[in-house]
Amino acid sequence: MDAISNAIDALVSITPLYMQGFLLTLALLAISGVGAFVLGVLIAAMRISPVPSLRVFATVYTEILRNIPLLLVLFFCAFVLPILGVELDFFLLAALGLTLYTSPFVAEAVRSGFNGVPVGQAEAARSIGMGFTQTVGLVIMPQASRMVVPPLINVFIALTKNTSVAGIFFVNELFKATYAAARDNGDVVVLTLVYAAALYLAITVPLGLIAGAIEKRVMVLR
Amino acid sequence: MSMSVLYDAPGPKTRRNSAIASVIGAVAILAGLTWVFFILAAPRVNANGAEQPGMFDPSRTDILSDPQVWGAFGGAVVETLRMAGVAAVLAILVGILFSFGRTAASKWVRIPTSVLLEFFRGMPLLLMILFVFLLFSTGSYWAGVLGLAVYNGAIIGEALRAGINSLPKGQREGGLSVGLTSLQTRFIIEFPQAFRQMLPIILAQLVVLVKDTSLAYVVAYPELARTIKNLQNFYGSRYLFTLFAVGFVIYLVMNVTLSYIARYAAKRSGPKLGKVTPDNPKVPGAEGTRAITMPRGRSGYRDNSGGGFS
Repeated sequence: MDAISNAIDALVSITPLYMQGFLLTLALLAISGVGAFVLGVLIAAMRISPVPSLRVFATVYTEILRNIPLLLVLFFCAFVLPILGVELDFFLLAALGLTLYTSPFVAEAVRSGFNGVPVGQAEAARSIGMGFTQTVGLVIMPQASRMVVPPLINVFIALTKNTSVAGIFFVNELFKATYAAARDNGDVVVLTLVYAAALYLAITVPLGLIAGAIEKRVMVLR
Repeated sequence: MSMSVLYDAPGPKTRRNSAIASVIGAVAILAGLTWVFFILAAPRVNANGAEQPGMFDPSRTDILSDPQVWGAFGGAVVETLRMAGVAAVLAILVGILFSFGRTAASKWVRIPTSVLLEFFRGMPLLLMILFVFLLFSTGSYWAGVLGLAVYNGAIIGEALRAGINSLPKGQREGGLSVGLTSLQTRFIIEFPQAFRQMLPIILAQLVVLVKDTSLAYVVAYPELARTIKNLQNFYGSRYLFTLFAVGFVIYLVMNVTLSYIARYAAKRSGPKLGKVTPDNPKVPGAEGTRAITMPRGRSGYRDNSGGGFS
């Protein structure tokens, strides 16, 4: 009985810490999710634009950020940017880093969504006399946007898990809370870890289910 | 879809306009980069009035002539690859086990495996490494290796399962009808095909795994990211930018090379029939945040892994 009451005590004592961390994780997810979406769409647009220099820039940007570990990107944002005169608190720096890191993945998802629309669709639109704006606006976009949703959700799931890295850089999000809780509650380490895992799963699993459901609908339509 | 279908072949006027736009864009980007360069190079004045040398000042870069620094970086690369190599082998083994469990005939095996898989895929790798480190007191090396192996194994397992599901039904029926047992059919007929079908995805995931070794930072394993931090502690914050820049280049070279090798291998020995290649993704953006663009088989392989730190 003693072990159980111990566990319950620990559970009660770490809950405020975890809830605060959970909220910060959600805030990071929301801010960098929106940021990465906007930036990613911009990069994708540059990547398919007819202007070569923008295309090259977008390609190099994508390749660099995709091949650098997130830890290093956040390292840059947390320690190097302040040297360069950027004065933000660690939370905003981490959000910036996650935004930068996630944007090329958003861009790739968006771009491949466009690539996923069969050529015949565009050809058909062109053959009945539609112009560029009509072809893209009326035929390609509606199909592409639908196909883009599941991969985008997958990117956001990855982002959710990635927010944990911000915990290494002094942001009191869920992973940092877990680290502290595990350190302070040596007797119930398993509990602290499983608790944190459950909170992460509470975000990622529903998102995954939504992505799966949407994907199924899109597949039937195709 | 080739974008050229969307509009008519450009005439002389459009071509000229796009050339002008291209030059303007290039100039703008170069100007931005030059500006960043000068900001970096310029000395800075602190809040207390002390002046700091610019980022390319000799007093910040002189450690680059110190062979010990390069020795440390070399050691870090070796440690990183040592972790990634063992984790990669284990991840594939774990993946095979998972795909076995998930395609098992008995629901007593299938359902628990699925739950376990969702669990491993849905939680951050960082948490998993900490999990192993604290619970099994394995030391930092094995915490990193096991965390990476299980996490990536779960993703590879899903890929293999999708590969098995995407095989024509007749493959299994054929195996069973010539008298092979269910297990033999799996091993001799289905697995080799599934593995080949999903090779691009598996290779891409292994590249991600290399990138993710940086998370062993949290358990103080001396891989590349931790080495940068250690060197900074040793030589002083003055060198932070220089050390960071070197580490950045090493990671970039390492991962771009590996991605290239993976792409090449996938092209050479990946699935035939133009099915799934890195350059010809079947399903748009199914890669989540993988290093290379990867597609999925017919079966609705859902990747909500995103390779985490990838």
